[in-house]
Amino acid sequence: MTKEKVEDGNDDMLIDGEPEQRQGNAIPEGFNANYLKVYYGKLFPHADIFKWISYGNDGKHPACDQSYFGRREFSFTLDNDIYVRFQSFNSAAELENSIKEKCPFKIDIGAVYSVDPAKRHAYAQAGDNVFTPVERELVFDIDMSDYDDVRYCCSGADVCLDCWPLMTIAVKVINTALRDDFGFNHILWVYSGRRGVHCWVCDGRARRLTNEQRAAIVDYFRVYKVGNENSHKKVSLMGHALHPFLARSYTEVLRAFFEEKLLCSQKIFATEERFEKILKMIPDDSITSELWGRWQESKRSSISKEDLNVVRWEQLKHMLQSGKQKVQGLRRCVEEIVFSYTYPRLDTEVSKHMNHLLKAPFCVHPKTGAGCFSMLLNDFLSSLPGRVCVPIDPDQCEEFDPTTVPTLSKLLEELNMGGLRADIDFDWDKTSLGKSVRFFRSSFLQPLLKSCKEEMESSYNAKLQHSKNSISW
Amino acid sequence: MEIVRSQRKSSVTDVAPTLPLYRSAPALEVRLDDFELFAIDRLRVLKGISDGLSRGRKPEEMEKLVRDLWRTNMRHQNTSEVINKDIISHFVLRLVYCRTEELRKWFLSMETTLFRYRFRLEIPEAQRALMGEFDLLYKAVGSAEFESVKEILGQVARSIGQPLPNADTIFFKVPFEEVPELVAGRRVYICKGYAYVPMNQVVSLVVTQFRSYLSKALVLTNRKWTSTIREQEKDRLTPIVEALSTSYLGPDYSQPKEFAEISIKDIDQVANTSFPLCMRHLFEKGVGLKLDDALAFWRAEFSQKVGTERFDKEYAYSIRHNYGKEGKRTDYTPYSCQKIISSTPGVGDHHGCPYRHFRFTLKLMHFHLPQGHATRQNAVYHSEITFFLSTQTSTVKLTSKQIYDFYHDCFLLVCLLLESEENLRAALGKMGVSDRAVEDIMDKVRNRHYQLACTLTFEAVHDSSCDAGINHPNQYFSDSQKILQSKMVIPLGEQLGGMVCICMRQHELVDRKL
Repeated sequence: MTKEKVEDGNDDMLIDGEPEQRQGNAIPEGFNANYLKVYYGKLFPHADIFKWISYGNDGKHPACDQSYFGRREFSFTLDNDIYVRFQSFNSAAELENSIKEKCPFKIDIGAVYSVDPAKRHAYAQAGDNVFTPVERELVFDIDMSDYDDVRYCCSGADVCLDCWPLMTIAVKVINTALRDDFGFNHILWVYSGRRGVHCWVCDGRARRLTNEQRAAIVDYFRVYKVGNENSHKKVSLMGHALHPFLARSYTEVLRAFFEEKLLCSQKIFATEERFEKILKMIPDDSITSELWGRWQESKRSSISKEDLNVVRWEQLKHMLQSGKQKVQGLRRCVEEIVFSYTYPRLDTEVSKHMNHLLKAPFCVHPKTGAGCFSMLLNDFLSSLPGRVCVPIDPDQCEEFDPTTVPTLSKLLEELNMGGLRADIDFDWDKTSLGKSVRFFRSSFLQPLLKSCKEEMESSYNAKLQHSKNSISW
Repeated sequence: MEIVRSQRKSSVTDVAPTLPLYRSAPALEVRLDDFELFAIDRLRVLKGISDGLSRGRKPEEMEKLVRDLWRTNMRHQNTSEVINKDIISHFVLRLVYCRTEELRKWFLSMETTLFRYRFRLEIPEAQRALMGEFDLLYKAVGSAEFESVKEILGQVARSIGQPLPNADTIFFKVPFEEVPELVAGRRVYICKGYAYVPMNQVVSLVVTQFRSYLSKALVLTNRKWTSTIREQEKDRLTPIVEALSTSYLGPDYSQPKEFAEISIKDIDQVANTSFPLCMRHLFEKGVGLKLDDALAFWRAEFSQKVGTERFDKEYAYSIRHNYGKEGKRTDYTPYSCQKIISSTPGVGDHHGCPYRHFRFTLKLMHFHLPQGHATRQNAVYHSEITFFLSTQTSTVKLTSKQIYDFYHDCFLLVCLLLESEENLRAALGKMGVSDRAVEDIMDKVRNRHYQLACTLTFEAVHDSSCDAGINHPNQYFSDSQKILQSKMVIPLGEQLGGMVCICMRQHELVDRKL
């Protein structure tokens, strides 16, 4: 379409800095193609992304699959909202040059296909479906906007420190299950840049899962009844016991987060509207009406020093778990409430299909100020900070604060400040992105490449052994 | 009588007597009419299973259903022929259903379900023999290991209402990838990538193997079919094979003679009472969209008539299209639900099953339009085309360039995903379906039981049960008319002289409405 081309040649001013024009080093908040150009030129860790996506196939080992990286789909979203799928690159340089040249607002990573995705049409003519995804990280996408019915601090695209613990819970629960239950080791958690988290499971075994197996894992994680909004009970925990995975999630993560954090920070019992929502989850009228009556009373005379939410939660638990309530369903109710308010909500489609795309780590979420978008989209985008999709350490995920994740303008500011320091090799090391890149390398990339190498080594040796044997026979 | 000779050599002697694994085609002589009749009998079983599944039957009910279907349809007067009928019919249908992705998927799913319940009906010795056939030679979990995980295995058993395991319970430790359905249902304990599968759930392992084997076999059969068989057999088997996959085993709705035509002026009224959603779809699609206020303006425009020229063109097109479809052998009713569901509406198409396609396709494009009513109307008309744009999953895409080629003065601005589910809700709401019923329907849609969703809609709208399920848009209509007549709520059916049926294809109907 007739979209103006990005004006070139402005980026160096940000680097060399012309302080008299720029009022110190403050870079106006916002998002534009020029900022992005500098970011891709100086900060984006192209080489690390290439290393990761190559999974050791970029080496010299005879078992390396030289076509591997070139069969990976990348997708770019360009600045006029044009979405270009099925890009592929044959080398680190090709990838880097294309990113720098096209300056995509968003980079998505797709599957590894049977053939070069850029040439899929050529293969399509050969009949049969030669062009098919063959490998893909197992990915998860958890978005805060799916939690709108259980958070009262923000809604939609907004997040704050009061609701972010919901994401922390998701990281903890899913991460533990992926490691302990499914035995995966190479797991990357990334802040999605706005209101959620992404997870990339990169073990060879995970990358080779079929769609059916992916769907099975997603279902293993699912406790929500499929969006039955009219039903008051969103979670249904059947049976006489919880599955060990759910039981562990409950005792190790959910209960504590609910009682120690969310109960008070979200003021879950604070108003009639809120506590009614919970009472509706209890299938026993005598209990609900008694609690309702009590809480109506206490509304008028709340002199208790203890937090209202805590008091009410304790009362509810007491009613449901007291000796009288032998009925299994009622005892389970406490757990169901906690699950409803805390358990991770996955965007299941992304995880189930190999050909789904997911935004690459270290992308920047676009924020636009220009009036070239419709009201709708503009409102939507302007509510979001242009933050970098940085990795999250799952072992320290309580510490993660989405509001301090570097924004594009902050990074450029830092880059300007540190511009003259010659003692630093990498530009990103001059900025707060450095920490993230270092974490990506040391906790994820290096162990991953080590195991890729080992896997390659052992499968190669096995093959050699096999061919030796077949010769001697 | 012609004789079909299989050229493939093999024997079936090493297969368990009652439940073959269909590893190789039988070296049997088959009469040509048996070829077709056996296949139809098996097809009845598979369709019955498909119905049962989409109605959400419980496993116990399915077990009984499968047993009954099998007994009713797969008998043979000659006992020794029963097994041959089983194998022959399977291989014929494999040929029939290998030809497209959609057909393969359906066949795979139904045959796997059939296999599952037949396996469950086998005695344990036979089950173990079948495991052996699949090379499922997992070692049982040793007693020391069992003791170490006994507690947690008990917890899993209690969570799914199974008897607690004891020292005699055999568990197999298998990679979780091999028992996806047990993983999905949290029916096993999983630790470090291994699932602990108790003997009574082993069916899942076997079924996974069966499924994966059959899936690969279908692709191979397809290759053989396209490369050689179709051409070689073009005068003999090919017509039968091609007719079988579209054969619709319900009543025939294609014969117009018994029914009165409905005049166009009545269609409005009939549409409101008796049309299935797929036939109302067009209007709803225009008005049911949940648009932002900024876009409200367009709402009115969407439902306006398009120009006469356009109408004639489309109308003529659909007539041609219909006639072009004529003349296939047993393709009695090309627009049965199964067919509608499996078709993907193209850009600008009005047909397709709304339960399915509402779910996947809606996207909205917003045009910045210049002033001038004529241009605007055209653009509005064409903006409908752009509803079917690419999502992250689908590559169906109308590029901005294409649009630009049409309208140089249109300026593409935004492409925004709308929650398409809302559209379906809105459409159902307009039909007078209660909120509660809408939720049930949405549930079915989410589980991809589109025909069942339609059946539930029918039941909700008519406040009456529909045990046979909806299998054809015309059946929806005629069943609806029957109910309405019996209730005397709307005397329309009488006015039109008893039974009424729209013997129109979807296109035609939609165009008339336009």
